[in-house]
Amino acid sequence: MADGWIEDRGVANGEAAGDAIAGSPHVCRAAQRSRALPRLLGKLLRFATLMFAVSFVTFLLVSSSPIDPVQANVGQTAYATMTPERRVQLAERWDVGTPVWERYTAWLGDALQGDLGESLRFNAPVVEVVGERFGNSVALLAVSWLLSGVIGFALGVAAGVTRGSLFDRVVRGWCYVLAATPAFWLALVALMVFAVYLGWFPLGFSIPIGASAEVSLATRLHHMVLPALVLSMTGIANVALHTREKTCDVMASPYVRLARARGEGTWAVAVRHGLRNLVLPALTLQFAQVSEIFGGSVLVEQVFSYPGLGQAAVTAGLGGDAPLLVGIALASAALVFAGNALANVLYGVVDPRMRGELTHGA
Amino acid sequence: MQAATDGAACRAAASLGAQDAAVEVLHEPRYLGILSGRRALAASVAVTVLVLIAVVAGGILVEPVAQTTDFAARNLAPSPVHIFGTDWMGRDMLARTLAGLATSVVVGLGAAAASSVIALVLAAAAALGGTRVDAAVAWIIDLVMGIPHIVLLILVSYALGRGTLGVMVGIALTHWPSLARVLRAEILQVRAQPYIACSRALGVRSVRLAVTHMLPHVLPQYLVGLVLLFPHAILHEASITFLGFGLSPEQPAIGVILSEAMGYLTAGAWWLAVFPGVALVVVVLLFDRAAAALRRLITPQEVQL
Repeated sequence: MADGWIEDRGVANGEAAGDAIAGSPHVCRAAQRSRALPRLLGKLLRFATLMFAVSFVTFLLVSSSPIDPVQANVGQTAYATMTPERRVQLAERWDVGTPVWERYTAWLGDALQGDLGESLRFNAPVVEVVGERFGNSVALLAVSWLLSGVIGFALGVAAGVTRGSLFDRVVRGWCYVLAATPAFWLALVALMVFAVYLGWFPLGFSIPIGASAEVSLATRLHHMVLPALVLSMTGIANVALHTREKTCDVMASPYVRLARARGEGTWAVAVRHGLRNLVLPALTLQFAQVSEIFGGSVLVEQVFSYPGLGQAAVTAGLGGDAPLLVGIALASAALVFAGNALANVLYGVVDPRMRGELTHGA
Repeated sequence: MQAATDGAACRAAASLGAQDAAVEVLHEPRYLGILSGRRALAASVAVTVLVLIAVVAGGILVEPVAQTTDFAARNLAPSPVHIFGTDWMGRDMLARTLAGLATSVVVGLGAAAASSVIALVLAAAAALGGTRVDAAVAWIIDLVMGIPHIVLLILVSYALGRGTLGVMVGIALTHWPSLARVLRAEILQVRAQPYIACSRALGVRSVRLAVTHMLPHVLPQYLVGLVLLFPHAILHEASITFLGFGLSPEQPAIGVILSEAMGYLTAGAWWLAVFPGVALVVVVLLFDRAAAALRRLITPQEVQL
């Protein structure tokens, strides 16, 4: 404690940086390597092995399914009335007979050339379907991710600074409830209240039903507001509660006490001495939440009939569209990986001491 | 700021601080409300457990009622007879909700327990099995964490042909990494303790070492981690069932009820969606708060904060 009076800023910074590293193990491993190029190569190698593993695991899972893709796609009645020749023909189209290994090696060979196969449900190449659906989802995902991060961080800091106050207790209670609320139910209730009863927003979809491709940006935004708000709710609680804890630690630290003794006000202390230390753990968490937000988008898009990647995942899963499922799993894994990689770059921006070690070429 | 427990002076300071925030007192324990002491925490955990047992028992008892259809009483709004209203087949929604909650809790508990066992085994292997095993486990964790939970759940459920087993296996296979990380760190820490080296030098066998000297230290973390898994497991079960991958439509489940309710949104049957959802939130919240209280109970420094 006695030393803290002199070294306080540094100690607190060190703690925050340490937390960021502890949050993701591969950052730690990356930090140990000092050369930039090997690190970049290592990163690429990691990405490649991860993608390889994800594709293999998903392929294996999808292939071992007892669900008959032919039956799942044509429906019970159509299947029952179908001629045996037609069944064989369809089974061939869905690759029913071939062993897993053969199919996987064939798929891998194509995949390395950028061909992920044909989606059975959408009758289009998987790459095309995933690309188009991702294009629809990306705005929704980005807006909700940003909103949840900004709102969560602001609430967390405000609650931590005013610790013990009514505001703090309300924020905490709200976060607990929010964390216990399933995203799809929140979406249901929001749809019911704001779309059905109040009529402020459309009943789902990304464009009006029956409208052609040229829809104004305002209409698209109007369709996106409600899903984006609901989706952002799912991420707020985590960031807010975590940031609140950190803020409490910072506000109880010796360097804050020193700043107070110099005569700075509570909010000035929080902004000038707290924020930088608080942003780092919040960033780590927020980037780790990319996966959560994507998971939430599957549910929210399903409720709002929003034609994004998440809804395609549900359609593919229910319809036995194995190639598309693998494609979506790969796309989501790449998104999560990109989130983590971006976090590493941003650590350097926020914390100058980590600049030399982490951001070179990363 | 924290550990100030000695004597009346502090208590006086505390009550003073609670009444008049303007007075700056050194070592002022924060006033946390009535439920702040260890005993109160334990009591709240006990009450939560009792409530949850009541929900499960009640749900199992009313299941016959939940299945009874009465087409004379279809789509009724909430009334004293049917507090939660009735659905399109005239089933009482209160009974259906209770039965659904019971199913969700049981499925969630089973899946979370299985998941925690996976976490414990892999954590022990990573911490005690040498660097290669450690790296392998870290890689598996990266793989599982690399795919969003819901996507992985959809895949596993699809692989197992949907249904209850698909959900349980899916949740068990996706929820262990965070707990495994905690347990691995815990085991590594315990392993580095001098008394372990001392016991080893005295010739204590490794099995006995693990059971008598390591397990008791890891157990609290494990139990809390297990309880912390429950809310996630229940929420994910409901979500995946809602999407159509989990429990079958005949089974009483919150996810099934809510996905049916989606079809009645525009028809104005708000009670179909609101009450079961609120009930689910309350149960998950209870689990979550009980887990938080338990964690505070086993980490002494947090009880004092």
